[in-house]
Amino acid sequence: MNSPVRTVTVQPVKVSLPAAMMAVLRRDLQVSFRQRQDLFNPLLFFVIVVTLFPLGVSPEVSFLQLAGAGVLWVSALLATLLSLDSLFRHDFDDGTLEQLVLQPQPLYMLVLAKVAAHWLVTGLPLILLSPLLGVMVHLDGNSIAILCLTLLVGTPVLSLVGAIGAALTLGLRSGGVLLSLLIIPLYIPVLIFGTGTVAAAADGGSVSGHMALMGAMLVLAVTLAPLAAAASLRISLSNT
Amino acid sequence: MPGKWQWFHKLGSPRWFYGIADRFNPLLLGSALLLLVAGIVWGLAFAPPDYLQGNSYRIIFIHVPTAFVAQSVYIMMAVAGAVTLIWRMKLADVFVRSVAPIGAAFTFLALFTGAVWGKPTWGAYWVWDARLTSMLILLFLYFGIIALGSAISDEKSSARAVAVLALVGVVNIPIIKYSVNWWNTLHQPATFKWTERPAMQMDMWLPLLLSVLGLYLFFTWLAFVRMQTEILHRERRTQWVRQLIQQRKG
Repeated sequence: MNSPVRTVTVQPVKVSLPAAMMAVLRRDLQVSFRQRQDLFNPLLFFVIVVTLFPLGVSPEVSFLQLAGAGVLWVSALLATLLSLDSLFRHDFDDGTLEQLVLQPQPLYMLVLAKVAAHWLVTGLPLILLSPLLGVMVHLDGNSIAILCLTLLVGTPVLSLVGAIGAALTLGLRSGGVLLSLLIIPLYIPVLIFGTGTVAAAADGGSVSGHMALMGAMLVLAVTLAPLAAAASLRISLSNT
Repeated sequence: MPGKWQWFHKLGSPRWFYGIADRFNPLLLGSALLLLVAGIVWGLAFAPPDYLQGNSYRIIFIHVPTAFVAQSVYIMMAVAGAVTLIWRMKLADVFVRSVAPIGAAFTFLALFTGAVWGKPTWGAYWVWDARLTSMLILLFLYFGIIALGSAISDEKSSARAVAVLALVGVVNIPIIKYSVNWWNTLHQPATFKWTERPAMQMDMWLPLLLSVLGLYLFFTWLAFVRMQTEILHRERRTQWVRQLIQQRKG
């Protein structure tokens, strides 16, 4: 007996670009919140590294006031670096990343959404925690406010530039260490301007020029980094 | 169909390049040694001493050429990286692979000679001067390229990943240089002003020019030899490499 032949036409579901980006963003946030420990680990690392400096160098108030902003910035940088490894890795392991690359929407925008999610779960908590640590290293109120402002503009740059490194080292055996080696030199300008702004504010100078430069770096990173990260993702996927 | 772009298409053939390099190598090495010996001997033995620094300044005849080459090799790598990404030209990747260690070595030499010169002049081997620091960061960038290249086993994706990294690096170099300059003036105002040195005399400048040119030629020779080795390794299973080995043996 012949079974009746049925033709099934699959209507492609058209998803607009903002909707696709929102879907990626929401999914990444959901995944992060379901593995809550992964959320806390970079934060914990941030606090522990900051603790090392008074222990390792000097608990003197004068030293901490001078070095505090730098210590917080370096620790935030290292914490971001630590969290970058997982930016694409889980999606790479379970094949989600291949699906993302195959989407009709530009990969550039989807990468941007993924990086935004990464910043929301790592960069933003770091900024929220930094006033507390700022008080512990004896920074004054004005310095703490400026520090938070520089972190607010600077940590997205860290996430964006870091995404390039994470995409390049995807699926490699010693990916984590290699990622740090590739990315730290590229973080130097952000670090210099981040701490420089706080120092300028402490000297009583104007910070608008410094903040404008940091903003320029953010704009440059938003424009170019997803392009490089998307290209690197395609390369890493063709590798397997 | 010989056209004016034929040389460009030929560059896609490692075998063709191997032959060309074989022909140019003796010429390159010869002229490099000639210029280097002339420039360095002139600079070290015959150029007048500096009125301020005495004889210790003479290290610039080695320091400045290495720093020149160290910086321009990264730019060349980025250009070759773009060629790899756009035209998938094998030879461009061979170039990047071969010159990255040379660039790192020259960067190290520039830092080392700078430190040797810094001791009598500044009183310290290492100063967190803007130039020194940005050269150190350049060295890190070279190490990154070398490390990434050796971490990816697949030849094609390794080539493209390294190309992307070189391009990312070259976009960042001006930003790094600018920020380091700015950082230095912030923390350490005007201890050493390179710009206020007296304009160089002709009999200091000419030997310097000779050694810069000589080192560029030497770099080209070194790059060609390393590229040839890399080509032989990559094409070791092809007919022409086997024939070449047979010829050399017999």
